[in-house]
Amino acid sequence: MTRMSEHVYMDHAATTDMLPEALEAFTEQVRRGGNPASLHAGGRSARMALEIGREQVALAMGAEPVELILTSGGTEADNMGILGLYRARRAADPRRTVVVLSPVEHHAVTETAQWLAKHESAQLEWLPVDETGRVLPGALRETLERGADRVALVTVMWANNEVGTVQPIAEVGEICASFDVPLHVDAVQAFGSIPVDAHLRGISTLAVSAHKLGGPVGVGALYAPRTVKLEPSSYGGGQERDVRSGTVNAAGAAAFGAAVETVVTHQPTEIARLARLRDRLAEGIRREVPDAVLRGAAPAAPEREAEHPVRLPGNAHFTFPGCEGDSILFLFDAAGVATSTGSACNAGVPRPSHVLLAMGVDEETARGAQRFSLGHGTTPEDVDTVIAAMADVYSRARAAGLSGHVPTTGSR
Amino acid sequence: MRVLAAMSGGVDSAVAAARAVDAGHQVTGVHLALSRTPGTLRTGARGCCTIEDSRDAWRAAEKLGIPYYVWDFSERFQADVVEDFISEYAAGRTPNPCMRCNEKIKFAALLEKALALGFDAVCTGHYAKVVADDHGHKELHRAADWAKDQSYVLGVLTAEQLDHAIFPLAETPSKAEVRAEAEARGLTVANKPDSHDICFIPDGDTRGWLEDHMELTPGRIIDSEGDELGEHRGAQAYTVGQRKGLRIGTPAPDGKPRFVLEIRPKTNEVVVGPEALLAIDVMEGIRPSWAGLPPVEVRNLPVGQGTSDTFDVQVQVRAHGDPADAVAWLTRTHGEDRLNVRLRQAQRGVAPGQTMVVYQGTRVLGQATIDAAYADRATAVANAH
Repeated sequence: MTRMSEHVYMDHAATTDMLPEALEAFTEQVRRGGNPASLHAGGRSARMALEIGREQVALAMGAEPVELILTSGGTEADNMGILGLYRARRAADPRRTVVVLSPVEHHAVTETAQWLAKHESAQLEWLPVDETGRVLPGALRETLERGADRVALVTVMWANNEVGTVQPIAEVGEICASFDVPLHVDAVQAFGSIPVDAHLRGISTLAVSAHKLGGPVGVGALYAPRTVKLEPSSYGGGQERDVRSGTVNAAGAAAFGAAVETVVTHQPTEIARLARLRDRLAEGIRREVPDAVLRGAAPAAPEREAEHPVRLPGNAHFTFPGCEGDSILFLFDAAGVATSTGSACNAGVPRPSHVLLAMGVDEETARGAQRFSLGHGTTPEDVDTVIAAMADVYSRARAAGLSGHVPTTGSR
Repeated sequence: MRVLAAMSGGVDSAVAAARAVDAGHQVTGVHLALSRTPGTLRTGARGCCTIEDSRDAWRAAEKLGIPYYVWDFSERFQADVVEDFISEYAAGRTPNPCMRCNEKIKFAALLEKALALGFDAVCTGHYAKVVADDHGHKELHRAADWAKDQSYVLGVLTAEQLDHAIFPLAETPSKAEVRAEAEARGLTVANKPDSHDICFIPDGDTRGWLEDHMELTPGRIIDSEGDELGEHRGAQAYTVGQRKGLRIGTPAPDGKPRFVLEIRPKTNEVVVGPEALLAIDVMEGIRPSWAGLPPVEVRNLPVGQGTSDTFDVQVQVRAHGDPADAVAWLTRTHGEDRLNVRLRQAQRGVAPGQTMVVYQGTRVLGQATIDAAYADRATAVANAH
């Protein structure tokens, strides 16, 4: 783990180092090889590794192994859940074309919904969120009261990847259940960080990813109980419940399982530990830069967060007035601290975050966003390094951000 | 030095960055995102603003082992370059967006940000040379390879900007050598086609693009006598010296082609006439700037107002035009400067809005935006015969 020993890594929400347990399970299965669909001894052994992994992941979310479809990651799982629910619901009743979603969803969700709007006649209904990015359950109820018979599905994330706000998923699920409307949950950022229960009333499908919690990149899963009908996302051998074809990544699944098991075992203490470190970081940043604003839900006391999290314990997200997020990122990077501007980017181009805009933050303020995400391996020294660098980073970024037009000169 | 290398994804800027690394600088690569909605892939040979280009720059930076970032200047680019381009055309002038980009983005917004973030200089793949005189004053000169020389589009740089500009391709004898060097360095952009024309008009159809981005009202095409010869689709979409696309039914009395002589945006008229009437020998430029120390004649001018002594120059009015011998002088009224130039031989097709860059030998003295270009009476009489 050279990356973490040489630098301060504050970007665990993007991806986090593989846990030793996961790395071991992964290399062991890769070395052993075998196709889990083969019927001979080698195949059976691969199948065993795969199924143990599946079981561990399922157990950690209170689901049964059969309810998990292994995918290439969170994005595929989100795509599969949303497309599957939409098509099945619409096939059963052609009036169901409305997709209800929150405006703070990950692009894996919003882009899928927008694709449906463009190609399969979906109408999108965006739920309002408050200034912390939290979905208002009352608004969902009103939306469904206006015409649940036209709704194909509702999709709300468990916790937000940028500002860390945990959504009232239990309430959202209850409301969906009472209107008999399916709910897809993007739990990619939540799973591993805080308790996730797939069997909460109202949840139809739920997407998770391995590399956000210490497993390898390229593995994810969609929780989909037997009653949920999904259309194939790829065609071939039908390996995963006839929905997903292709040889299953046994090593990935084994590592995913190993990582999940480790994480869940230590989860309550880890939540409190990270929340404490996060609070120390947030306090330090506000001390160094009083103008900085913590975005997202206000965290409760660390002990309480462990029982009833309102914010992801490792997430500290700030906007720095008068600064460009990419300047702050550059300056921290030069100081050996890895951070993120928080918003999704294409070819590395940061754009004002749709999440912050949905929370009512103006575009200029949104440009000064910076996400610090802590994870396993984060130490108090790491936090203090960030705080120590903060004032200088801010003053330079502010100078760069406010630099006006042409350098002053002669007659121009 | 801590150097920020602007990397477009093309071969020139990649090799420039490589040479800056070789020179011992601490180099960081940066790609400027200039389009709000970049295409995924390049279309044809043109353009430089797609995600593919950004990835090319990224790969080159990886190869050089330097950190790489993408900085978003799309808003500034839109406001300072694209909208300026449109409003200049709307005012009947012919702007040069590449100069505007150098003036407002690369050596202004980017340079300022770089300096604020702790860099000492910005490095680009331009073919031009910065040299210091005996007293350490920076001067801008043409590149060794005159065929590739880009000093014209850098004519807007000021002394302060030259202090922080590095052009590692200055002494390169040819573009072929840059490609060979890229190949030898294992840079995959070695054989990437050159970008041409205007980066935000990838298909090269400036007129079509302008028609999409301006409200055009059809109007009269007239001759210098005011007689109507035809209809145009909108005066702003034309440029002085243009011959094609006029679509005038009746031929000229002398049977020779007609050219756009003047755009009159206020009355929405396009004035056309024979090529001879395009000839001008006096140009007046506004907002002059000096690429280094101004010439002594200008330095001697009093602060309030006056007219400087004349000085010999060569003047160039387009990026790949030939320099023409001329005398120049500066007039100053109420602190506002005008750079005036009288050509030794009349030139054709000079449009207001174009930039005139004045040289002395290989040295760029400075530039001004052409506000008026005309034939003085003696030339006009000569032309009439």
